[in-house]
Parts: sequence; structure tokens; C-alpha cells
Amino acid sequence: MTRVGVVVFPGSNCEHDVAEALALLGGVPQLVWHGERSLGDVDAVVLPGGFAHGDYLRPGAIARFSPVMDAVVEFANAGGPVVGICNGFQVLTEAGLLPGALQKNRGLKFLCSTVSVRVETTESALTSRATAGASLRLPINHFEGNYTCSPDTLAELRGQNRVILRYLDNPNGSVDDIAGVCSPGRNVCGLMPHPERACDLILGSADGKPLLESLLAAGVPAPAEREMSS
Amino acid sequence: MTTFPVLVEVTLRPDVADPQGATVERALPALGFDQVAGVRVGKAIRFTVDAASEPAARTLVEELCRRFLTNPVIEDATITFGTPGGT
Repeated sequence: MTRVGVVVFPGSNCEHDVAEALALLGGVPQLVWHGERSLGDVDAVVLPGGFAHGDYLRPGAIARFSPVMDAVVEFANAGGPVVGICNGFQVLTEAGLLPGALQKNRGLKFLCSTVSVRVETTESALTSRATAGASLRLPINHFEGNYTCSPDTLAELRGQNRVILRYLDNPNGSVDDIAGVCSPGRNVCGLMPHPERACDLILGSADGKPLLESLLAAGVPAPAEREMSS
Repeated sequence: MTTFPVLVEVTLRPDVADPQGATVERALPALGFDQVAGVRVGKAIRFTVDAASEPAARTLVEELCRRFLTNPVIEDATITFGTPGGT
């Protein structure tokens, strides 16, 4: 079973939703306080949504200096699967684990709705169990979700097929309708929608399940690694 | 060591859309301010720095801006030094 470290910053507010959804899908969530210097024994990491450190200065600007982030960067650089959801996506861009930045929504409104996103590739820690081209109904809740990056970065993301999710009807002004991207190694993923809030039909949609199932699958150590660690 | 008052103004880079500035600008004609254009909204951050010289202080503040006070992907910083001992 995949043990997933769910990082809790002061001001995070989606950690329990993420933990609940992961447990529902057979994962073993472990909440990790941001002040810890180690992630403990985990196979995958989620930076959940919320308002880490009050979003002061910029969303994610202070969170990236939280003690736990050195361990997150180390885990990511070693190839470990890391997913940032909403505020977690903002933290990953501030930490330099993902390119670009999230700025204020084009319409200057906090958006709270359900949107459709298209799975653009199944080659990432967040989409391996999804279907390429499939449309997913997922909730969004953000003020700074307008993905922006330099033209060079955008060309690189497109060239390497690293835009993993696109909005069908762009709600926030994101360049190229980008809702989620991944790192060059495809193990670090960020997205603005909340898959954890769409993991049961009673919530209105279960379309988030394949995304979190992908993360759980990415966190399963390869047989060779298992032998080495046993 | 000298204490330098510093003002850092953080603005969105010219090539980045500024929805706050655009919204403020659109509201101005309704108030009769037809002659105002080019509105950009940013942040002002004031603090003091202890350093041996102004160049040393400037180097430190530039590093601070690059690593923390701005997100260089979307923001620029304008650094202004005050008079040592002043405000």
C-alpha cells in the first residue's frame, strides 16, 4: 500500500479531504507538519490546497521556505512522485520544482465552481491511470489560478508534452488553457482543480479518482527497489 | 555599519497582464478621471538594512528581491535607498 505524506502548512485546509480520498482509494495517508525536516517513510507526497502562511507576500512564497520543503525537493529530485493541488501547485512553482507562476484570475474574482478539464497525456505521476483525451469534471476554488510563464517555457512545456490537463472552458485566463503541468521527469505534477473533492458520486463527481489512483500507482516501489529495501 | 532605509516596489512585469490595474483604470472615467492611463498595481515594502556601504546593501537587497520579495517569473522590483538615519 502506498504511503502518502500530506504536508500541512499553517493555513492548509484541504489536507483532511486529500487524506480521506487517498484512504478511500486504498492509500495510507500520513499528515506531515511543515516544521518537520523529514517526510518520514513515504512513497509519495501531496501538497494540499489552502492558504499556506496566509498567502502573505504571494501564495507559496513563504511556504517554500518551510523546513519540510528541503525534504520535498530532495524527494522530488530523487524521482519520488509529488503532487501539488491548488495552493500546493503554487508552492511547487515558488519552490522551482515546476516552471511558471500562478497569478490573479483574469476576471479578478475568486472562482468556486466545477469545471471540465481534458487529460492531455497519461505520461505523468498524476495521469497514468486516466484516459488521454478524457474530459473530467473537477471543482476549482482559487483566486490565483491564472497560470503564466515565459514564451520559452511554454514552448518547452508543449514540446515535451508536459501540459497534463487543459481547461475546456478557460475560467481564469491561464495561458494555453493550462490547468496542470508536470516536471521534466514527469514525477512532479501541479494542478489547480481539486481531484480529492471529486472522488465519490455523493460529491457530484468521481472524476478525480483516476488522478489520485495514478499518484498511488506512481508511489508503489518497483520490485527491484523492494528487494533492495527488504 | 550604516543603517539604510529601503523601499522596494514590486510590480508585475510589463509583459504580464495586470487585472487589478486594468480594473482600476476602467473605473476611472466613471469618476471623471478621463486623463489617467497606464495604471499598474503593485506592492510597496519598506525596511532597513545594516551594511558597510550602499553598494553592499544594494547587493543584499537585490538578492532578497530575487529570492523572496518578487517572483521573477512575473514580477519586477524597483529598489530605492533613503538617507541613512532618515526615514
